[in-house]
Amino acid sequence: MALLQISEPGQSAAPHQHRLAAGIDLGTTNSLIATVRSGIAKTLPDIEGHHLLPSIVHYAKDAAPQVGYTAKAQANVDPLNTIASVKRLMGRGLKDVKTTGTRLPYNFIENEGQGMPMIRTIVGDRSPVQISADIINTLKQRAEETLGGELTGVVITVPAYFDDAQRQATKDAATLTGLNVLRLLNEPTAAAVAYGLDKGAEGVHAIYDLGGGTFDISILRLQRGVFEVMATAGDSALGGDDFDRAIAQWIMQQAQIADDAEHSHIRELLDVARTAKETLTTQDTAPLEIRLEDGTVWQGELSREQLNELIDPLIQKTIIPCRRTLRDAGLTSDDINEVVMVGGSTRMPRVRQKIGEFFKRTPHVDIDPDKVVAIGAAIQADILAGNKPDDDMLLLDVIPLSLGIETMGGLVEKIIPRNTTIPVARGQDFTTFKDGQTAMAIHVVQGERELVMDCRSLAHFELRSIPPMVAGAARIRVTYQVDADGLLNVAAKEETSGVHSQITVKPSYGLQDSEIERMLKESLEHAQDDVAARALREQQVEADRVINALRAAIKADGHLLLKHPEFLEINAALNDLLKVEQGDDARAIKKAIERVDEVTQEFAARRMDASIRQAMKGHRIDEFTEK
Amino acid sequence: MKTEMSLNHFEIFELPISFDINKDTLAQRYRDIQRAVHPDKYANAPDRERRLAMQKTAQINEAFQTLKNPLTRARYLLQLQGIDENDAMMDSEFLMTQMELREELADIKQKRQPIEALNAFLNRTEKQMQSLTDKLSQQFAQQNWQAARETVSQFQFFTRLHEEALRLEEELI
Repeated sequence: MALLQISEPGQSAAPHQHRLAAGIDLGTTNSLIATVRSGIAKTLPDIEGHHLLPSIVHYAKDAAPQVGYTAKAQANVDPLNTIASVKRLMGRGLKDVKTTGTRLPYNFIENEGQGMPMIRTIVGDRSPVQISADIINTLKQRAEETLGGELTGVVITVPAYFDDAQRQATKDAATLTGLNVLRLLNEPTAAAVAYGLDKGAEGVHAIYDLGGGTFDISILRLQRGVFEVMATAGDSALGGDDFDRAIAQWIMQQAQIADDAEHSHIRELLDVARTAKETLTTQDTAPLEIRLEDGTVWQGELSREQLNELIDPLIQKTIIPCRRTLRDAGLTSDDINEVVMVGGSTRMPRVRQKIGEFFKRTPHVDIDPDKVVAIGAAIQADILAGNKPDDDMLLLDVIPLSLGIETMGGLVEKIIPRNTTIPVARGQDFTTFKDGQTAMAIHVVQGERELVMDCRSLAHFELRSIPPMVAGAARIRVTYQVDADGLLNVAAKEETSGVHSQITVKPSYGLQDSEIERMLKESLEHAQDDVAARALREQQVEADRVINALRAAIKADGHLLLKHPEFLEINAALNDLLKVEQGDDARAIKKAIERVDEVTQEFAARRMDASIRQAMKGHRIDEFTEK
Repeated sequence: MKTEMSLNHFEIFELPISFDINKDTLAQRYRDIQRAVHPDKYANAPDRERRLAMQKTAQINEAFQTLKNPLTRARYLLQLQGIDENDAMMDSEFLMTQMELREELADIKQKRQPIEALNAFLNRTEKQMQSLTDKLSQQFAQQNWQAARETVSQFQFFTRLHEEALRLEEELI
């Protein structure tokens, strides 16, 4: 049993215990985990000193999955059970995967009734979410071993241009490992945090983030600790992988290798292509050597000029979103103070040159482009975990793609346009098309195009039991709500009649909640944990939050904002919660929490209003003194 | 006690109800309030408070977006007066001009130098929108709601036209 701690007389225990929190950059090619220790955010290495964890998972019979370098070593030997670049499959359907270009060397299984494809491996069919969870789990273990404790929460980064399905899939993957996700953070915003805090930068910044498989451009305004995203754009299927493929295709032409070469052979070709690309970052030419299927060896050379010719069209593809973000932000390239390069692919001299030309200034590359996102995420995680209560950093992010609804004729009516600051809630009224219509099909889509077929379908659901009325008489309010993670909730409600029919859906392209629960159970069983114990712990943690928050609130504002009977009622509910909190009845704790919630609802609303008035008052003093 | 939920968008930022607003003051106050209510400030709070923070922030965002943009600000002012801007009758001369402008936009693709032609078109549209903004400022100052309603409808036409021109720009580049 652990020894109980007793503090020195006259001193209370540490007023604020440091909570272990981390930032995770789940990349297409490499993943990282970082944390803030002694005020400095750093990425954590594995026992061999590697900071990067290759995002590759190898499955073998009767063994735990291998992740990282050990898996990478299996890529050519056992290609069908070695999954790389799984980020490209997150929240995507098989059709999307096929249209993203070149074939991926795996055995895909169409998933019945659901969009996300499964990959057939020796240990069974695995979804991209599960494979990503294996990567996150490795990072989680690394952090917990290094830090010597359980992580209380993580911030996971996603490409800014990820749509709702891709974001949800990423969050699901983290949930599968049992981690508490404090926030999904956009990668360029994370980079801006790391960079901005490091350099004390102010002004308008363009963050150009070209990774292994995704591209983002974000324009941010940095002002006194506020990071305000003005516009973002990108391509969630464009990155260094595509450069490798372009080079590999050129080699295939040169060496006269047939298009239908074997999986392992294509893997090898891609490796050669990648090595050549990396060599050309510092050299003018790169030697090529390929073992052909007939056993002979083909030798060649790739020059920097040839490479530039191959990749220029891909770089050009990134310029278009750059132009669009400037437009959306209402700016020209002259308004940009700094350009920051993020992502491994920005190591290529040609990328730096072309982007420098477009923005008319030399891009910054001073923070390691591989680590900067994880570092920014760690800084945000540290703040969200409550380790820096006085920090005034604030991130105001946007949704990257418009959210809409299908209307008559397969057209899209936009409900929330792209680049709207989140969180946001917006409603629109619709009506029935036929007399006596009692149900309405609601189709939620994401994208910029006018036709439903050209947009991303996020969810289909039906609002039923609308009372029969003449066409056009019903008033159905559809509300879209996007939270601070960029995740969508949709609610529909018939408002004319007394009978309210209502439905709320969370579009989940990847997994159903029940499925996550099942998989979580399985993974926990694997870790020999107990589901009931976990549920109890969750309730205890929440009870703790409620108690601490309420005590602090009463201490700060109780005398101002609570009438005496209200105070007594709240106090009684709080005492009831305190009585059950340490017990082992999860349901009793939950009930007590709900009771506290109920009696403090008004108090919480008053406090928030008071904090707004306080913020405004502080401001008026500012204005006064400035004059 | 009047709760913040029932405040109108101008009251939230303690600004006078007017079409002419100080954008810097608005932006500054928006950021100050965000610092107090943003969900990131409640990451460790109980569930219910986190939800409340999200709702409140969404409301503040909505108010800010509405007031920031002259067209949505004008529509909101009309709404506060109980005027439905959709009822406005469009002057047929204005509609004819709009049709001509749309034809002109559709023809730009076939031009020898479409990008230059489009830029000129965009500049003209933006100028029109600026002069409509000036017009609204006068009409609201004179409390001439009916005239403002018509200008808002015209503004709406130009905004759509401008959006279409931008879509064409994306196609051309």
